[in-house]
Amino acid sequence: MPGWVNFVVAGLLTGAVYGLMALGLSVIFGVVRVVNFAHGEMMVLAMYGVILLQHWLGLDPLVSAPVVAMALFALGYALQRGLLNRFIARPEHQQFLLMLGIAGLLTSSMLMVFGPDTASVETSYALDSYEVGPLILDKVRVFAASGAVLSMALLWAFFRMSRTGKAIRACADNPTGAAVAGLDVGRFYATAFGIGAACVGASGTFLLLLVDVQPYLGASYTLLSFIIVIIGGLGSMPGALLGGLLVGVSEGLSAYFVSPSLKSLFSYGLLILVLLVRPQGLLGRRA
Amino acid sequence: MSGRQGVALALTGGLLVAAPLFVGDYVLSVLIVFLLAAYLGQCWNIMMGFAGQLSLGHALYYGLGAYTAAALFVHFDTLSWFGIVAGAALAALAAGVIGALSFQFAVTGVYFALLTIAFDEFTRILFDHFDWVGGTAGLFLHVAQVKGTDLLHLRGSPTMFYYVLLALSAGVLWLSRALLRRRIGFYWLAIREDEPAAAALGIDTFWMKLVAVTLSGALTALAGGVMAFYDNNLYPDTIFATSSSVEIITAPIIGGMGTLFGPIVGAFLLTTMGEAMTDFGAAWGVPGLKQWLYGGALVAIVLLQPAGVWPWLCDRLGLGAERR
Repeated sequence: MPGWVNFVVAGLLTGAVYGLMALGLSVIFGVVRVVNFAHGEMMVLAMYGVILLQHWLGLDPLVSAPVVAMALFALGYALQRGLLNRFIARPEHQQFLLMLGIAGLLTSSMLMVFGPDTASVETSYALDSYEVGPLILDKVRVFAASGAVLSMALLWAFFRMSRTGKAIRACADNPTGAAVAGLDVGRFYATAFGIGAACVGASGTFLLLLVDVQPYLGASYTLLSFIIVIIGGLGSMPGALLGGLLVGVSEGLSAYFVSPSLKSLFSYGLLILVLLVRPQGLLGRRA
Repeated sequence: MSGRQGVALALTGGLLVAAPLFVGDYVLSVLIVFLLAAYLGQCWNIMMGFAGQLSLGHALYYGLGAYTAAALFVHFDTLSWFGIVAGAALAALAAGVIGALSFQFAVTGVYFALLTIAFDEFTRILFDHFDWVGGTAGLFLHVAQVKGTDLLHLRGSPTMFYYVLLALSAGVLWLSRALLRRRIGFYWLAIREDEPAAAALGIDTFWMKLVAVTLSGALTALAGGVMAFYDNNLYPDTIFATSSSVEIITAPIIGGMGTLFGPIVGAFLLTTMGEAMTDFGAAWGVPGLKQWLYGGALVAIVLLQPAGVWPWLCDRLGLGAERR
């Protein structure tokens, strides 16, 4: 078996986590129409939350995932309710600038609190792996991908089956109609932003099994989320997963064939190509 | 421009011209940072403030200008200004290509902003692996001990760089004012306010937007080239960083996008507060205070005074609205 197969499989597993991260961005944009330029910064915040939980309570990252996701939900809900709901009708560049400002505040606050050094979690299974035939799968990667896929399945079920999920979809499709039908659109917007934040919180937990964290990482993850979401199609749930898998595999292959430090070059190239040729994304519909 | 504005401008200009005579080295270095921020903000303002095209990747043009000037100087020992102009030409080309592609394929709004970031990041990684200009290890200009001031080779004291930046900033102020009073300025404002309506009136929006993007990119690169000879070292990861682009856009947003003096006022406020924060941060051992200020200033201005400080200040000081 050629050596690159392992890289493709590892890329797919990492890509599932990327997919969850980007799904958060997609939900926020798809419903609230806010472009969350602080997405990666929120993820870094979640990662530090996981590290603190392990430091204080000795919690395994997989256990703290729901806790962190709920904390991020509260943060996102409060942000939308208290601040962003006022910006719905303003010109869109004001939203971008507000979110960029929030991103800067988050990054510098984390720098002040946690310092510039990298931090990571410790797990008993960090170096274990499964051997499936000729394939070698890192345990951390398998756990991270399973957690991400489970989260996405839960989210899908929530949007399809629960009353709140359906109400959020109604607000996304037609805010005026939803308001006329008696829905409190502002509250569902806040819930949707909270859900997006919870997605990125959970994905941060899983990603922390694979990478180290430092305060400045936020911007690059924000960009990565945008790349994935735009490749897959802004607002499309399967698109986010597909985009995540594609970027994961492209990173794995470029690390194997070219150089690990060039891996994001291919992602940016992919983004530029998709933006120019098919701006609605692979699975998106033209607005 | 109203009478009071003219007086205010003359006073400020005179003060800036005379400043190197009575300030110390430290204040001069801060003033250089201020003028650079003002100039870059003015350049960005042409594209976003006048023509309404949001670029979040202006670090690309600054970096192209800096690297072209520095690489030509290091490898071929060309005249400094030749490299600087070559850098501006290259940046104009890059901006033209990015603009033409985006406008041709109707990439607008958030997609356009993201495309500018993507091109900047793409270039950053390319330069990380571009060994001819030093890669991640950086590019260094040999510092010759020059007696006095050599404007031709752009070698000399910080005072010289101060005046070069002051001249650039005054020049682009004049250029912006001149453009806004001409046909193209009105076309830009029409495109910014309502592009379909502007197109319906027969304005060639593609070319008008392209002119704004190209001009803004080339002017930005000029400052990059000049600053390469002031800093004498270049690293892709700082020059092309997205955070550099955000720093460029913060001053004009704080001061007031689309106004002539907004970028300058914003740069003054941010630089003075930023320097104070850097000093406090060093004294108290807290890193990141300056970035915190930039983020906080963005949030505060968007929440409280989205039009910017300068229009509000005009109102308060009775300077009258900015007329052209």
